[in-house]
Formats: sequence, structure tokens, C-alpha cells
Amino acid sequence: MTVPAEAFPRVPADPGPSELQRARESFRRGQARRSVAIASVSTVVFLAVAGTVIVTSPGWGRVRTSFLDGGVARSSFPAILEGLWLNLRVLAVCAVLIVLVGLGLAALRTLRGAVFFPLRALATIYVDAFRGIPLIILLYLVGFGFPGLRLQGLPTSPVILGSVALVLTYSAYVAEVFRAGIDSVHPSQRAAARSLGLTYGQTMRRVVLPQAVRRVLPPLLNDFVALQKDVGLISVLGAVDAVRAAQISVAQTYNFTPYLVAGLLFVALAVPTVRLADWVNGRATRRQQAAGAL
Amino acid sequence: MSSDEPTRVLSVEQVVKRFGDTTVLDHVDLHVDEHDVVVLIGASGSGKSTLLRCVNLLETVDDGVIRLDGEDITDPRVDADAVRRRIGVVFQAFNLFPHMTVLDNITLAPRIVHGTPKARAEEEAMTLLRRVGLADKATAYPDRLSGGQQQRAAIVRALAYRPRLLLLDEITSALDPELVGDVLTLVRELKTQGMTILMATHEMGFARQAADRVCFLDGGRLLEQGPPEQVLGDPEQPRTRQFLARVLAAGRL
Ligand SMILES: Nc1ncnc2c1ncn2[C@@H]1O[C@H](COP(=O)(O)OP(=O)(O)OP(=O)(O)O)[C@@H](O)[C@H]1O
Ligand SMILES: [Mg+2]
Repeated sequence: MTVPAEAFPRVPADPGPSELQRARESFRRGQARRSVAIASVSTVVFLAVAGTVIVTSPGWGRVRTSFLDGGVARSSFPAILEGLWLNLRVLAVCAVLIVLVGLGLAALRTLRGAVFFPLRALATIYVDAFRGIPLIILLYLVGFGFPGLRLQGLPTSPVILGSVALVLTYSAYVAEVFRAGIDSVHPSQRAAARSLGLTYGQTMRRVVLPQAVRRVLPPLLNDFVALQKDVGLISVLGAVDAVRAAQISVAQTYNFTPYLVAGLLFVALAVPTVRLADWVNGRATRRQQAAGAL
Repeated sequence: MSSDEPTRVLSVEQVVKRFGDTTVLDHVDLHVDEHDVVVLIGASGSGKSTLLRCVNLLETVDDGVIRLDGEDITDPRVDADAVRRRIGVVFQAFNLFPHMTVLDNITLAPRIVHGTPKARAEEEAMTLLRRVGLADKATAYPDRLSGGQQQRAAIVRALAYRPRLLLLDEITSALDPELVGDVLTLVRELKTQGMTILMATHEMGFARQAADRVCFLDGGRLLEQGPPEQVLGDPEQPRTRQFLARVLAAGRL
């Protein structure tokens, strides 16, 4: 392609973009408008077709009455919302405990030195055991088994026992995530820190862990999304959370709409976290690519 | 030097280091007196970095003794952290902490290890940063600095806690040619202030101008050492001559 010399006028004052560049930009704007238009039309067509197929299908009437009953949804909503508040409180407390226990376990597993062998071994056993055992079994063992012991001072509240089971399982997962993060910090960083005279603990706290935590944020957020849903499992112990409230409503109305309401509430809860995790993941990937491009 | 008997800061005696089957340091003898600048030269892979890492106890020697101010630091009972507190190091690769600003990188050891109050540590760090032309980068993170700037910040970091001995591993290899001169001046300045330095470098001009003594390492053995005029100007060993000829051909003298 030949460019006419006038496309680059040699004026000292700010000439603005050249004619060539302006032509390119207007072409790109046109392209962008076209893709928006195409996307809108195709979405409308798709929704129309899908809607028609669903609404005209033979079972639609029954589906609507048993899953999409507006009256049942409204009447069950307050109880479910109240239950969700319990889920949120359990989520907050568990998340904090899980991070603390997980970090502690990860730190124990990276300890070197013969003295620490029992601690290291114990942490390894803990992680292996609680990562392997299905959460539902652990819930039954802790939630129904502990109160059965009738020991003094042991909590009997299903909320507390359910939280204990969640913390046991999730701290084992999170410990592994943290350990991978600690291992991913380049050895030269430790060498540099130790060369400055920092002790093992100071190196860990000031140099290794801050970098490790930054790197494990994406996988940690994924675990958080999973936990957001799993807090609903405390309902199997009888805690009246969102799931349990929905179950009670279902039993009263012989209608499944309350489950859908609870499900949608959990989705609404998860969406921001999932988006955040996506964003953090994308940023981490971009950083790695930028570093690799150097 | 005013006194006849200079104080010996570092002495490396018959040190052996092996990685698996390869002997990387083969009975190396070397010493650094107070206020001296001793320069290690040698081909890539000759063991310069390994020797410095052994002195800093990042590697365990397989034989021999290393003494710092007369104390055997290769004794497994010594407190390695306490030893490292007396030694400043700048590595070949950039080892600034990426999650801290330049200023925090520099003041970390003085504050955490040596208990210097924050304000004073930062004041001293700023003085040093000004000297190497990095004052305006104090609050920047390392990934915002050029390679040369990162290396200068790393040098400042090693100086910040007034080490007894400074180990420098090819600190100029990442610097722009005009900055090499700046660093040379800085090293000379440190020497006049009484700093004791052991450094590895590929820059022969640097060695010639700044060194009190030059040591030539070849395949893990210390073949030749002496004043720079002698080792660089009129070497005894054919291997040294060969090495210098190659360096000269590469235009680094
Ligand atoms: N951790 C290690 N494991 C195995 N071999 C190693 C290790 N570190 C260094 N070596 C080997 O020891 C030898 C000396 O390495 P060293 O880094 O000391 O060389 P150098 O003189 O500093 O070279 P350069 O000028 O390239 O920095 C090399 O052959 C290297 O491959
Ligand atoms: Mg080296």
C-alpha cells in the first residue's frame, strides 16, 4: 500500500493523528458497531426461539406450577433469607478460621530440622486425612457423633459442629494451596533474605509468605466459592439455614419453588466472588505472561 | 596501611566444594585483610559464585575452613544468621524483594535484624540512594526499575547495615557502561571508608583500578593471586594469560 506524502504533514504544532490513522480508527469504530449489532440481533433471535420451544413444550404447565410459583416464592422468601443470614455468618467465621489453620498447617509442613519431625508428620497426616474424607461423612461424624458421646463441655449446636467439620475439611485443602504458594517463591528470594541476616521465621514472614499469599489468591478464591455453597450442608445436621428453611417450606406447600429461591440466592452470593476470582486469575496470568515476555 | 600487621577479616583455607561428582572448588586458599578489595576473576563456571556462597554459608563446604575475624564459620555449631549479619551480599542476579518498595527493601534488615529505628534507617537509606542516583525511585517497586537500577538498589541494600565484609558477585554485569564507572567510584569510596570487599567480576578494567589483590580461579582451583599489575599485567600462569587474552579479544579489558 502506498501512502501519499500529504498523509504526514510536517507542521511543528501538534498535528493530531494523520489522515491514515483517522481512516484506520473510523474503520475500527465501524467494525465495533457492526459486531454489537450482530450480537444483539442473534441474542434476541435465540431467546425468542428458546422461549417458544420451552413454553410450547407439553410439560411446561407442570414445571411452572411446581417450580415457578410466585405466591410460594413470596411466602417462603423471608424465612429463606433469614436462613441465608445464618449461612453468611457461618461462612465468615469459617473462612477466617480456615485461612488461619491452613496457614499454620502449611508453615508446619515446611519446617525443616529433626526436632520438628513430629509436627511435620502430624500436619501431613491431618492434611491427608481431611482432604480425603468426604465432607458429608465428616459432617455426620462430627455433627451426630460428638453429641452422642455426651461429653461435658462439648458443643452440641449443629451450627457449631457443622462449622467444625467445614473448617477441618477446608483447612486441609487451603493448607495445600498455601504450601504450593510457599514452594513457588524462588529460592534466590530466601537466599537474599537469609544473606541479610534474617532468621528462618523472619524470612518466612517478611519475604516468602507475602509473595506466596499473592500467588495463591486465585486458587484461594476458588475454594471460597466452593465454601459458599458448602455452608448449606450444615442443614443436614438440623441447623435452620437457607437450605433447611427452603426444605421446611417445600414440605408445607408441596411445591419446589422454595428450593429454587434458595438456589438463586446462593447463585447471587457466588457471582461476585466468581467474577472477582476470574479477574484475579486473569491479572495473574497477564503478569506471568508479561514476565515471560521479558 | 599504618600498622604492619593488617587485621585478617576473611581467610579461606583449603576449601573444597563438590556438587555430586564435580568438584567446583578444589582446595582454595585465599584471604582478605581489613580495608582491602580482593577481586576474583575466572571464566564462567570457574567457581567464583560458589566460593562467595560458601563464605556466606549459603553452601556447606565439603572440606577446609573459612574464618571470619578469626572465628571458624564452617563449624556446624555456629549461628549462621549471626555470621550473615556481619556480611553484606549482592548477587549476580537481581534479588530485590518484588513485594516491597526500594526503600523497604533497603531498610528491612536494619529494622528487623539490627533494630534500627524506622526513621533513622530510612534517612540513611535515602542518603545511600542519593549517592547512587536512585533517590527518586525510593517509593517505586522493583519491577518499575531498569535492571541497572535494580542492581544499584541491591548494592545499597547490602550496605545499609554496615557489614564487616561485603561480597559482590558480578555487580556490574547488568549495568550500562557509564554506570559501571559510577559503581567503581562507589566501591572505591567504600574502601576509603574502611570497607572490606571480596568480589567476583568479569570487568578487568574494574579489577585493575579497584583491586588490592586479584585472584584467578580456573576450574575450581586458585591458580594465581597477587597485585593487579602482576596478575593482569604479567601473569605467571599460561592459563591466566590465555584467559586474559580471551577477555581482551572480547573487548572487556
Ligand atoms: N547448585 C548447584 N548444583 C550443581 N552444580 C552447581 C550448582 N551451583 C553451581 N554449580 C556448578 O558449579 C560450577 C561453578 O559455578 P559458579 O556459579 O560458581 O561459577 P562462576 O564462576 O560464578 O560463573 P559465572 O561467571 O558464569 O557466574 C559450574 O560448573 C556450575 O554448573
Ligand atoms: Mg557467578
